[in-house]
Amino acid sequence: METISILPPELIRMLIAVIIIISFLFLNAIMMGYLERKIAAHVQRRPGPMEVGFHGILQLIVDGVKLLGKELLIPFKVDRTLFRVAPLLSFTPVILPLLVIPFSEKLQARDLNLGLIFIVSMGSVNVMALLVAGWGSNNKYAMFGAMRAVAQSIAFEIPILLSMLAVVLMCNTFSLKEIVGAQEKIWFVFLQPLAFLIYVIAGVAETNRAPFDLPEAESELTAGFHTEYSGMGFSLFFIGEYTNMFIVASVAAVLFLGGWHGPHLPYGEYLGIVWFFLKVYFLLFLMIMIRWTYPRVRFDQLLNFAWKYLVPFSFVNILITAVLVKL
Amino acid sequence: MLESDFQKKNRFFLNMGPQHPSTHGVLLIVLEMSGEYVLDPQPVLGFIHRMHEKMAESRPCQSFMPNTARMDYVCALPYNHGYVSLVERKAGIEVPRRAEYIRVITSELNRVASHLLWLGAYLLDLGAFTPILYGFDDREHILDILEDITGSRLTYCYYRFGGVNQDIDDKFVDSTRAFIKRLRKRFVIYEKLVTKNIIFIKRTENIGIVSPDMALRYGMTGPNLRGSGIAYDVRKNEPYSIYPEFDFEVPVGEQGDCLDRYMVRVREMEQSLRIIEQALDRLPEGPVRAKVPKNIKLSPGDCNFAVEAARGELSYYLVGDGTGVPYRLKVRVPSYSNLSCLPELGRGILLPDLVSILGSFDLVIPEMDR
Repeated sequence: METISILPPELIRMLIAVIIIISFLFLNAIMMGYLERKIAAHVQRRPGPMEVGFHGILQLIVDGVKLLGKELLIPFKVDRTLFRVAPLLSFTPVILPLLVIPFSEKLQARDLNLGLIFIVSMGSVNVMALLVAGWGSNNKYAMFGAMRAVAQSIAFEIPILLSMLAVVLMCNTFSLKEIVGAQEKIWFVFLQPLAFLIYVIAGVAETNRAPFDLPEAESELTAGFHTEYSGMGFSLFFIGEYTNMFIVASVAAVLFLGGWHGPHLPYGEYLGIVWFFLKVYFLLFLMIMIRWTYPRVRFDQLLNFAWKYLVPFSFVNILITAVLVKL
Repeated sequence: MLESDFQKKNRFFLNMGPQHPSTHGVLLIVLEMSGEYVLDPQPVLGFIHRMHEKMAESRPCQSFMPNTARMDYVCALPYNHGYVSLVERKAGIEVPRRAEYIRVITSELNRVASHLLWLGAYLLDLGAFTPILYGFDDREHILDILEDITGSRLTYCYYRFGGVNQDIDDKFVDSTRAFIKRLRKRFVIYEKLVTKNIIFIKRTENIGIVSPDMALRYGMTGPNLRGSGIAYDVRKNEPYSIYPEFDFEVPVGEQGDCLDRYMVRVREMEQSLRIIEQALDRLPEGPVRAKVPKNIKLSPGDCNFAVEAARGELSYYLVGDGTGVPYRLKVRVPSYSNLSCLPELGRGILLPDLVSILGSFDLVIPEMDR
């Protein structure tokens, strides 16, 4: 494995990558916001945004400008420091995992040999932001949301880790590039269907999306942890959520759906990114469809589901995988 | 679970409302909580009290007609119906048969519209966004049909003493028949999307069980009472208008949980469609409005009239003193009694269950506050 040596050319490479990733991240949030509204509209048999641009394609940009122009309201008696830090805290950790995700064979900011662990650890930092936001808001509904977020995150990180581990057992590496490389012949979704299912379910819960959107359960907690946020503070949470979804979907694509692999394209080592994005957006489409179809589960049902079903099943899955790999 | 030392020490109050997405209006519920468990929910009413009853006592009885629709704006026509029938009973006015048929058809259409709105709003309380737009889509058809003959979409003032304001035409009959056909097809979608959904069943089954005894103690009526297994429907038990001539069932639930209340309403919509079909088939010819004196005199003495609104038994109680102005008018609304069991029902449950129970009662706050 390579040692981490930050030489000037490597530094420049990283800088460029970070800039591209941050700009992509905003673009992704805009695209996802548009897709979400359009898909939701079509699920509900209505046209959705139609006014700004062709079929409302510029709607989210206009919304973004509006949110930028809004005052960041700080309510009475909140913890000012925490209240201001929380949106940034939710935004920062979602940038970093994108650095290690292999978009195609040669398009990867940096291939860490512990890439998978890095992504999971960054995902855990994200829940800190929700806790800080809920705690700092001086609002009981926000506090409920924050507490639910923490309990949910702890419950669902375990099945996520265990389902990832099943893949790691099969290819003996934590490096995302090598995991994708190992799927040249057959995607792991066919070898590990149970792990894939567990990962997708737990992933939806990890990103706080309906039917597991308990931290912001609108009909119960008004808006959960971001009840008190307005303007850019709110939109940073919003972008954070969409980027989180993107990361969960792209890790699923890397681990189970063969990353950049697909029918041969010219300049395959670069254009593999097309297959990668198709897979990621297919998963995101699924997540959006689920959100607009199902009611919300109750909190204790959600935790029971995680501890009584997902965790035991993923343990069994790991056991079977370990035995089969040893054979 | 309830009375551990930790929970005794760590109680706090949470104001749910008056602005909260799932109280459906300006209802405040003060919750005494311990963690996510609700220990004591206390509803606080009166945010939109408009003195409708006092208004009735200070003007001629005709002028009160528009007010009746402002109490329960979701299902306004039965409110019209109750009031005109009350004054007709008091003043001894005979209503032409065609007018009674029109009243029944429009009231039942309004009931279906109300249940459709409730279905969507309830699912919204449970966190599903899509059914409310499906429900609104169907409800829109009813509102269009009613708008054509009544002139308004929500706060109707269509019935008159001795009949209805305007006769219905062939277009109304055709579009109502077309709508019934369409809604029967849509019920299949609702069943697939909602009724058979495992998450929905988990959120409603065995939640908020109202025993028959408890329902009677609090004076619950309507689908909430029938959900507890008591087949009491004013249209059957205390028949008014021409309801005895129709063949329809009173659906009842088994154990009185949220799912039963949901099922009762869904099945009630089908029964309402049956009533409308029969009424359309037998629609008699004739006048739609009887000759009524310009100044109606309300004879001394009291009089009561009950109708089945979408939420339960609605009864008007009127005391006359020989003039055209009621001496006293009391409106007994179903939502008020339906809500009154919440403090007993909501003890020691989770906050999401409280939202589920509140939604299943189908409350309309302006009706409670009047």
